[in-house]
Amino acid sequence: MSKTYERYYVPAQSPWPIVGAIALFCIAFGAGHLVIDMSKQQSGFGGWLLLAGFAILVFMLVGWFRNIIEESMSGLYSSQMDRSFRQGMSWFIVSEVMFFMAFFGALFYGRVIAMEWLGGASNNAMTFAILWPDFEPVWPLVKTPGGIETQAMPAWGLPAINTAILLISSVTLHFAHTGLEQNKRGQLKGMLFLTLVLGVIFLCLQGYEYVHAYRDLGLRLDSGFYGNTFYLLTGFHGLHVTLGALILFFVFLRVLKGHFTPEKHFAFQAGAWYWHFVDVVWLCLFVFVYVL
Amino acid sequence: MSAITHDHDHEHDHKPSGIKRWLYTTNHKDIGTMYLVFALLMFFIGGSMAMVIRLELFQPGMQFVEPQFFNQMTTVHGLIMVFGAVMPAFTGLANWMIPMMIGAPDMALPRMNNWSFWILPFAFLILLLSLFMPGGGPDFGWTFYAPLSTTYSNDSTALFVFSVHIMGISSIMGAINVIVTIWNMRAPGMTWMKMPLFVWTWFITAFLLIMVMPVLAGAVTMVLTDKYFGTSFFDAAGGGDPVLFQHIFWFFGHPEVYIMILPAFGIVSAIIPTFARKPLFGYASMVYATASIAILSFLVWAHHMFTTGMPVFATLFFMYCTMLIAVPTGVKVFNWVATMWRGAMTFEVPMMFALAFIVLFTIGGFSGLMLAITPADFQYHDTYFVVAHFHYVLVTGAVFSIIAAAYYWLPKWTGHMYDERLGQLHFWCSLISVNLLFFPMHFVGLAGMPRRIPDYALQFADFNAFISVGGFLFGLSQLIFVWVLVKCARGGEKATAQVWEGAEGLEWQVPSPAPYHTFETPPEVK
Repeated sequence: MSKTYERYYVPAQSPWPIVGAIALFCIAFGAGHLVIDMSKQQSGFGGWLLLAGFAILVFMLVGWFRNIIEESMSGLYSSQMDRSFRQGMSWFIVSEVMFFMAFFGALFYGRVIAMEWLGGASNNAMTFAILWPDFEPVWPLVKTPGGIETQAMPAWGLPAINTAILLISSVTLHFAHTGLEQNKRGQLKGMLFLTLVLGVIFLCLQGYEYVHAYRDLGLRLDSGFYGNTFYLLTGFHGLHVTLGALILFFVFLRVLKGHFTPEKHFAFQAGAWYWHFVDVVWLCLFVFVYVL
Repeated sequence: MSAITHDHDHEHDHKPSGIKRWLYTTNHKDIGTMYLVFALLMFFIGGSMAMVIRLELFQPGMQFVEPQFFNQMTTVHGLIMVFGAVMPAFTGLANWMIPMMIGAPDMALPRMNNWSFWILPFAFLILLLSLFMPGGGPDFGWTFYAPLSTTYSNDSTALFVFSVHIMGISSIMGAINVIVTIWNMRAPGMTWMKMPLFVWTWFITAFLLIMVMPVLAGAVTMVLTDKYFGTSFFDAAGGGDPVLFQHIFWFFGHPEVYIMILPAFGIVSAIIPTFARKPLFGYASMVYATASIAILSFLVWAHHMFTTGMPVFATLFFMYCTMLIAVPTGVKVFNWVATMWRGAMTFEVPMMFALAFIVLFTIGGFSGLMLAITPADFQYHDTYFVVAHFHYVLVTGAVFSIIAAAYYWLPKWTGHMYDERLGQLHFWCSLISVNLLFFPMHFVGLAGMPRRIPDYALQFADFNAFISVGGFLFGLSQLIFVWVLVKCARGGEKATAQVWEGAEGLEWQVPSPAPYHTFETPPEVK
C-alpha cells in the first residue's frame, strides 16, 4: 500500500486569502476614490480606505508568511512543495517582465513610430504640415508638438553611478548565495547586508535624481512623452527595488535567526531571483531611457 | 488505486461546515464550485444588461434608455461576460478537473488558489458600484479605446482601472497555479503526451494569461495616468499616439480571445470521444495545433486595427498571420469530425452542446476569416457583422462548451444524474434562440448597421425586432439551465463512478460524487 512516493502536503484551512482579498478591495476601491477626489480637488474617504487596505495587506502578509515559515521549519514541505514554490516564483517574475514590456513597448513605439509620424514620416506629410508644422522629431523629446519644453536627463552622471551600484549589489548577493551554499554564515550575513545597503543607496540616489529633475531640469511626469516614459519606467522600477529590498530585509532577519540550510533556502532563492530580475530591468532602462 | 481513496475516505472526508468552509477553504473542489457559481451569477448579471440593449434596439428610435446609459450597458456587459463569466467559469472547471485528471490531491498552491477566487467578487463589486457613481459607470466600450477612456470618460474611470488591476492579479495567480500544478503534480506515469486535452489546453491558456494580463495592467495604468496625472501616452500633442493604445490593448486582447476558447477546445475534445466511444483522433496533432494557435495569437493583434491605419506592409503581415490561424483550427475541427466517424454515437445533452459547438464555432471561425481579409474588413469593421462573429465564437463557442462541460461533469460533482429531458429542452431552446439572436446580425451588419449605437435606420427594423425576440428567448432558456442545476444538486438518479459508458480518464475512476480529497497518494498511470 504505502509506496515510496512522497506524501503530498495540502494545507489546512487558512483565513489569510480572504483577508488578502479584503485588503485588495480596500486598496483598489480606496485608490480609485482617492484619484477621483484628487482630480476634483475635494477630500473624501479614499485615502483612508487605501491606508486601511495597506494595513490589512501587511497584517495578511505577516500572518501568512508566519504560517508558511512555521510549516517549512517543522519540515512539512517535501521537495515537491519546494519545486512548486520555485516554479510559482519564476512565473511571477515572467509576469513582471511582461508588465515592464508594456511600458518599454510604449517607449519604443512612441520613439520610433509616433514621433516620426508626427514629424511627417511615412505618409503623414499633411498631418505634419497642418497640425504642428514647427515640431522637430528628435529624441529625447524635449519639446512636445503641443509646445511643452523640458530638459533630458543625462546618462553619465548619477544614472551611471546607480547602474554600477545595482550591478555590484547583484554580485554581492551572488556571493551571499555561495556563502549560504557552502555554509559560510559569516560571508552570507556580510554580503547580504552589503546588498541591502547598496539597494538603499540606490533608492536614495534615485529619489535625489527625481528632486533634481523636478527642480532643476523641469522634467516632470506631465512634460510630454519623454517625461511620461521616464517617470513610469523608473518609477515602477523603483517600486520593484523597494519590494525587492523589503524581501531581502526579511530574508536577512531570518538569516540572523539561523534559518536556511545549504540545501533548503527557497525564500532566499526567491528574493535573490527577484533582485537579479530588478537588476536586469535596470540595465534595459539605463540603455533605452538614459543612454540612447 | 480505488483502495487508496477508500482508505482515506474515512480519515479525511469530513468537510468543515458553515460559511468558514467557503471563506477559508484550500480545497480545489470548493474553490472550483465557488468559481462556477460566481460565473453563473455574473452570466445572469451581464445577460440582463444584454437584455436592456436588446430592449432598446427592439424598435428604431429612442425608447427606454438614454444613449449614455446604453453605452454603459454595452461596456459593462462586455467586461462582465469576458472577465466575470467566461474566464472564471473556465478557471472553475480547471480547479475541479485538472487535479482529478492528472492524479493530484489538489492544486499546487491551495491558499493562493483561494485568494485568486476571492479577489473576483470584490473586483466586480467595484465595477458594478461604479455604475451608481454620479456621472455613471464606464461607457467607453469594453475595449476602452483612448481618448474615449481618457479625455472623454467620466469620473468613475479610476474605479474601472483599479478593478481591472485586481481582476488581473486574480487571473495571473490562477494561471501560475494551473501551470505549477500541471508541471509538478502529475501522478507517476502521467507523461506529457498522456495528459487529457483539457489539461493541455489549460496549460497553454495559463501561459497566455501570464504573458498578457500584465500588459493589460500596463494599458489601464497608462489610461489612469493620462486621465488623472497629465501624461500623454495616448495624446499626440504630448508626443504620444492614440493608436499606441490600440496596439497595447490588442496585444493583450487577441491572446485573450484564445484564453477564452482554448479550454473550450479541451472540453470538446473530452466530450466527443466519450459519446462517440472512440479515442480522440489525432491526439498529438491536437496538442501541436493548440500550441501553434497560442504562438500565432501573439502575431495577429493588429487585425483589429485595419481601419485605424498602418503601413501596408504591416497590414499584410497581420492579415496573412491571421489567416494562418485557420490551419491549426481546421486541424482541430477535422479531428473532432474524424473522431465521430464510424463511432457508436449517442446524443446526451453534453454531446448535443459539443456538436452544436463544432458547427456554430466553425461558423464564427469562418466569419473571422472574412474579417481577416483587410479590404473586406474595411466594409465589415464596427458593424453588426463583427458582433455576430464574436458572439458566435464566444456564446455558441465558449459558453456552449462551458454548458456542455457542466452537463458532462455534473454527475461527477453532485453524485446525481441531471434530468435528461429538461437538459434536452434546455439545449433545443438555446440552440434555436441563439441562432435567431445572432444569425440575422450577419445580414444587418453586411447591410451597414453600426455596432454600439442605440438607434438605427428604419430599414434594419424588422431584423432587429427578430434579433431582440431571439435574445429574450435565449435569456429565458438559461433559466431552464438553473432549474436543471438546482434539481441535480438536490437529488436524482445515483451516478456511477464512470457515469458515461465511453468515458475514460482518472476522474472517472473515483466515486461519484468525487470524495472531498481525491488522491492523497498518487495513482499509477499505465
